[in-house]
Amino acid sequence: MSETIHITINGIAVEVEENTVILDAAKKVNVVIPTLCYHQDICVAGNCRVCLVEVTGQKRLAAACATPCEEGMDILTNSLKVRNCRKHIIELLLSEHNSDCTKCYKNGKCELQLLASEYKIMTQDFIELYKEKHHTIDNFSPSIVKDDSKCIRCQRCVRTCEELQGVNALAVAYKGHEMKISTFYEKSMNDVVCTNCGQCVNRCPTGALVEKNYIEEVWDAISNPDLHVVVQTAPAVRIGLGEELGYKVGTRVTGKMVAALKRLGFDAVLDTDFTADLTIMEEGSELLNRLKKVLVDKDTTVALPMATSCSPGWIKYIEHMYPEYLPNLSTCKSPQQMFGALLKTYYAKVRNIDPKKIVSVSVMPCTAKKFEAARPEMLGSGYRDVDYVLTTRELAIMIKQAGIDFVQLEEMEFDRLMGESTGAAVIFGVTGGVMEAALRTAYELVTGREIPFKNLVVQPIRGMEGVRMSSIKIENTLEAWRFLEGVELKFAIVHGLTNAKKAMDMIKTGTADFHFLEVMACPGGCLGGGGQPIPTNYEIRKKRAAAIYAEDMGKPIRKSHENPEVIKIYNDFLGKPLGELSHKLLHTTYQLRERT
Amino acid sequence: MIEQHLLLKRVDFIFVQDTDWEKILQKSIQRPKQELINELISSELKGRGGAGFPTGLKWKLTSEVESDEKYVICNADEGEPGTFKDREILTRVPYKVLTAMAVCGFIVGAKNGIIYLRGEYKFLEKPLNEAINEFSYFCKKINLDFTVKIFMGSGAYICGEETALFESLEGKRGEPRNKPPYPSISGYRKKPTVINNVETLAHTYTIFKYGAKKFYDLGVQYSRGSKLFSISGDTPKPGIYELELGMSLSDFVDEFGDGDTKAVQVGGASGFLVPRKKFHETAIGYQGKLVGISLPTGGSMMLFNSSRSMYNLLDNYLEFFREESCGQCTPCRIGCQQLLAGIKAVKKGERPAPYLNKLLKLSETMQFTAKCGLGQSVANSFASIVENFREEMIY
Repeated sequence: MSETIHITINGIAVEVEENTVILDAAKKVNVVIPTLCYHQDICVAGNCRVCLVEVTGQKRLAAACATPCEEGMDILTNSLKVRNCRKHIIELLLSEHNSDCTKCYKNGKCELQLLASEYKIMTQDFIELYKEKHHTIDNFSPSIVKDDSKCIRCQRCVRTCEELQGVNALAVAYKGHEMKISTFYEKSMNDVVCTNCGQCVNRCPTGALVEKNYIEEVWDAISNPDLHVVVQTAPAVRIGLGEELGYKVGTRVTGKMVAALKRLGFDAVLDTDFTADLTIMEEGSELLNRLKKVLVDKDTTVALPMATSCSPGWIKYIEHMYPEYLPNLSTCKSPQQMFGALLKTYYAKVRNIDPKKIVSVSVMPCTAKKFEAARPEMLGSGYRDVDYVLTTRELAIMIKQAGIDFVQLEEMEFDRLMGESTGAAVIFGVTGGVMEAALRTAYELVTGREIPFKNLVVQPIRGMEGVRMSSIKIENTLEAWRFLEGVELKFAIVHGLTNAKKAMDMIKTGTADFHFLEVMACPGGCLGGGGQPIPTNYEIRKKRAAAIYAEDMGKPIRKSHENPEVIKIYNDFLGKPLGELSHKLLHTTYQLRERT
Repeated sequence: MIEQHLLLKRVDFIFVQDTDWEKILQKSIQRPKQELINELISSELKGRGGAGFPTGLKWKLTSEVESDEKYVICNADEGEPGTFKDREILTRVPYKVLTAMAVCGFIVGAKNGIIYLRGEYKFLEKPLNEAINEFSYFCKKINLDFTVKIFMGSGAYICGEETALFESLEGKRGEPRNKPPYPSISGYRKKPTVINNVETLAHTYTIFKYGAKKFYDLGVQYSRGSKLFSISGDTPKPGIYELELGMSLSDFVDEFGDGDTKAVQVGGASGFLVPRKKFHETAIGYQGKLVGISLPTGGSMMLFNSSRSMYNLLDNYLEFFREESCGQCTPCRIGCQQLLAGIKAVKKGERPAPYLNKLLKLSETMQFTAKCGLGQSVANSFASIVENFREEMIY
């Protein structure tokens, strides 16, 4: 039993459990204490000192985020001493920060700017320090831009990269006035182990870490009458975009998003979900194929467990950290890349458009997708599969720039030809979704029966735990799949690369007994991606997940293999899953990368 | 005049060579633990690193926490400018420190001791290891399960701060932690840890040898016992002296000054500068009910005569802090830069003289808001220099 502690905050009596920090106690009585280095997803640092409060009787102020309440504490959050000190701290941060706010990508969304505005820091008495520091901007990565002159050294990014992702691409270097957030040997973000997941971008309070934006490039393409500009949107975008445009967290805005994209001037508005369904066909077949080779042919060269390959952050992670397990990766391209490849072949053929004139744009909840689109492996069609990748946030910016009153828009449907999708595709946006979609199809393919879960909801693999494992027994198979009779198909689902490391270490030590592994680089899956609206935290991700599952339930078709456009593309163009054309367009290879 | 001040009195406990350490160790570990703690508490020994936390209480708190893994750490990261006593203790009487660590381990229930040795004291590593080997041999002989290891620091001043020291020991960046939890509950490897300065441990040896009373009888109220002083600067006799606590600064300057002493820096760069006009009202010891100012010190006493510029002195300190701040917390990292840039700007006439007042307010904010003792104590030297030698800052 934990003890109850009695304190007062600004004269209001509060009862809290033992070990509650002052910040949380204050929330209970609706007292807001400003923070900068604090973030709910990561450990407490207590280094920005913005959240300082006065504990009566103590000379020094206490960091509300890091100080546990003690019996009888009398806390003041807005005393003269607190105000003076807090103002000093903000002034100090501003003196080290390149405050060219009107030219900053984060203008209007910067937490430091907001704080400066709240405290009305109108003058700069202190000496401007950032000018002497000769910061450079690292914009070599196709995904992330790092500008040290905007950095306030709160270390949220460092803690994110270490705790959530286990990548440690960003770390603290030097000490004292030279202390900064840097990479291995101060190399570019493009040349180190960074997976481009963008979780740091999601948590950076200022403009020090932002996505590399391609807004102007896309506007240019749209404005060029000779080009046919097609946009695809990922599953998680439709449940995140609303947050940037005035909706509550967890609001589905699919129809309005489609309408807005049409108003922006795209020539066709299509759905990545279509290729998510296609991924299930290809990846499901690949898994069954591997199982057959192992179980029937006793082929020892086939790598199991097979791991999903839709998350480009995860792909780069395994290329750096576990290159010896690259054969375990499914060879399927991600839905984004499959879409791009088909756009410049199948779509171009059917619509009779010169693929050279097609510009392939995608809207993704992800910053790593920008890197993925630029990979040299992604040229199977003879053209770059995807030309420009926008994040959910960039799309919101474009919608605002175009003067679209998003809330008032009439809902519209995706265009046809690669615009049709199922509920199974939508759940790609949440951790466990690829696995669930794959099971819905594979189980039915093998047994001829629907997966035995009410409403097709495979509840055991849903949830937000970092590592989830389950299994399903395959019985009464169809004739062609007799070799799977009685097999207990085991699978594991992980999200966040720290958890991916756990799964990989199980494989490495031989303690993994699962056949199929789903990995999403970001916490919560794509819905918590590095390109999604800021802020993010556990509660927000749960609400977004609920929205995705609701979207699935609302779909008339909820199994990938029943998508009529998928059936049609196999009949008209691809032939069969894992066929020759599939191999050329929809599958890829990976590369070994160094751990720098 | 202040009657309570003691006259300067040299004593000799720490460096006196004795061959009794084996006996003292053996005898101590046969005494009840509570009795040893009480002995230490009644001696009123306070931490000699500068912060002055009661040593007996520290050991008591750690002994009361239940854990099968505890540590005794000797903080030998002697980095305060003007301090050089710990290296002398470890050179001349290492067995006293080792004995104290073992007794501490016995009391609190720790089997492992670590000496965190300042990187620049690399030359001490070999002789110290020889002393440890001899010591360990004896521990084994008397069936005392206690081992001591040396961990070399890497030269960062901040690692003398106890929680930054733990981080450094754990192989991480030396950055101070949030407190609470305090080391007695969660220290090295998040386990209950006693961390003491080299000199503090050496004093406990004296106490276990002669009893608390002999120690307590030295010094004055709240500042009991003796203390090593590292005396440097404009003095005809620099060196290390063991003096009774509670002396007045005038007596000190009479003894150690060169006849032209303008100011004394008490406690190193993180301490206070006392100008000549305040020598008579300043005593050296922990703040208590003495009349006048009482200044604690880790032992650094730097004397300056009239040829010295107090602006240069402050400039030098601030450059040191700007460099040696770990950089994690805002007030310390940026505050140190602003204070240095600020006094330079005033000196050059780029900012008006009243800008010094803004800087004084800033130093006060640093004192209230910095995460650890480093940032909190920059105000000590800054305010005492700027307030007492304002004209030197401007002209």
